[in-house]
Amino acid sequence: MRKLLILVLTVGLIGIMSLPGCKPDPSVELKVPDTSRNISFSIPAGWPQPNYTFSGNPLTQSGFELGRKLFYDTRLSRDNTISCASCHQQFAAFAHLDHPVSHGINNLLGRRNTPVIFNAAWLTSFFWDGGVNNIENQPINPIQNPVEMDMTIPEVITKLSADNTYKSMFNSAFGSDTINSQRIFKALAQFMASMVSDNSRYDKYIRGESGGTLTQQELHGLSLFREKCTACHTEPLFTDNSFRNNGLALDPTLNDSGRIHITNDPADRYKFKVPSLRNIALSEPYMHDGRFTTLDGVLEHYRSGIYQWPNVDTLVKNGISMSDQDKDDIISFLKTLSDETFTHDARFSEPK
Amino acid sequence: MKSTLIKISCLVLMMALASSCKKKPLPVSGSTLPGKVKLEFFNNVGASSLNLNNQWYINENGDSFTVSKFNYYISNVVLTGPNGASYTETESYHLVQQNDESTRSFDMIDIPAASYDTISFMIGVDRLRNTSGAQTGALDPLNGMFWDWNTGYIMLKLEGHSPKAPGGNIAFHCGGFDGRNTAVRNIKIALPQAITVTQNNTPHVHLTADVLAMFKSPNKIDFSTFYLLTSTGDQVKVLADNYANLFTITYAGL
Repeated sequence: MRKLLILVLTVGLIGIMSLPGCKPDPSVELKVPDTSRNISFSIPAGWPQPNYTFSGNPLTQSGFELGRKLFYDTRLSRDNTISCASCHQQFAAFAHLDHPVSHGINNLLGRRNTPVIFNAAWLTSFFWDGGVNNIENQPINPIQNPVEMDMTIPEVITKLSADNTYKSMFNSAFGSDTINSQRIFKALAQFMASMVSDNSRYDKYIRGESGGTLTQQELHGLSLFREKCTACHTEPLFTDNSFRNNGLALDPTLNDSGRIHITNDPADRYKFKVPSLRNIALSEPYMHDGRFTTLDGVLEHYRSGIYQWPNVDTLVKNGISMSDQDKDDIISFLKTLSDETFTHDARFSEPK
Repeated sequence: MKSTLIKISCLVLMMALASSCKKKPLPVSGSTLPGKVKLEFFNNVGASSLNLNNQWYINENGDSFTVSKFNYYISNVVLTGPNGASYTETESYHLVQQNDESTRSFDMIDIPAASYDTISFMIGVDRLRNTSGAQTGALDPLNGMFWDWNTGYIMLKLEGHSPKAPGGNIAFHCGGFDGRNTAVRNIKIALPQAITVTQNNTPHVHLTADVLAMFKSPNKIDFSTFYLLTSTGDQVKVLADNYANLFTITYAGL
């Protein structure tokens, strides 16, 4: 009896769906995602609301997997040699270990240090100068940059359209096999904005979990950090997303003017984004041009190397006083911000 | 028992049927059904049509120049009428390109049947679409009207040549959507005569852009000193205040 009822209802509903004028518009029809495999995005306890909320780009397993395939695909570059992952290595928290500036096709060099990728949903702007205001608009830069991937968007679409696997994946992710720039960028945003790093030893310490023990030296380092560094590198994200002139002398070979390039405001000359310090021990070298290879070098800069630009940030203008022991203790604390769970998370690794 | 269940299932079906077709408009008389308006853009230099093929023109300052590219965004189109009628186009983003005739006119649809005597629109793209991530259609970055390094749309782009300009080229890429140097301009123009929209009457409105207005007033442009604009800043305002006067309505009617 129940079966009959279900049959009547099912047949009836299928009938209704097929009535003219009652169909959903196929151009906006989305396939029902397979929720059993869905990737999840959750806000760690005590963290602020993210800036990117996947509004207009609902996170699905198929969208995430498409983004991951694109991220690891060298076909996004002119000569099929460079993928996003070439400069964004998972083991380095998606920075480029040991490389001061970005490397593109034909061994061309960029001008800036490859930023890490994690907790990107909380960022309010992208790149060292903050020129990009939405994570969906970020990938077009390295793709079109002549010293990185050197492609045009139509060329990328042509390459991807020749691959039936991609057609099938775009169909799964967006409900049709149309490949356009918007879908490419939304898929990449799903992959990148899903990367959350909140499992360092520091995090476990904050949450009072097992494995969250800090040594006396690390605890002293944390206390010094909160005294001397936290105004810019604010917990829990370890950045306040601001732009500051942190007193770096100009590298005349790069001659990078920083944020003024975006705002045309003289007050922004030589200002760069304050980066997160999470995973900092995994992602050397440091600063916007990768000039420092060690954390000791970075702290020594803040202690004794501040160049007196007219607009140098008041928080570092007079240097940050610390003894040699303080410096070692701060560094020992910074090493507790490494999240090996994140850097080994198979969801973010190259697809098999 | 059996018959009760079947009755219930039939009732559920009827309810589903009724609710699934709510969007279907009720039949009404022809004169009150919504209609369309066709907007047509004519890009001129003075009295003649803009010719992208090495035609020489002279600006207000007396500088000779040619135009090889002339594109602009028209967005957020609104029609209002003398009797309170109002129409706001949905997904109202259009890229007008002088080198592509198909982009120089478009139909606005689902306009309530009424009389309209004023059109307003933006030259450029509103803040929201400059900050909400990847877009498509007229706003697809592959249209070449998007700055990737400094996210946002180029609202208006004019390129060409002038012997007055150092290097011989002029290029004005007007972008930026924030603050005093925004490249967006809100335009509101009365139609020369009211138009009446019905299901069967599709009025045409002709918007004529005079390229000379770009370089004329309130800021007379001298190509020897102002010939290149490819970023945000004070110079954007200089040109945008001029192209606020770009359009006149040269026709409105059937």
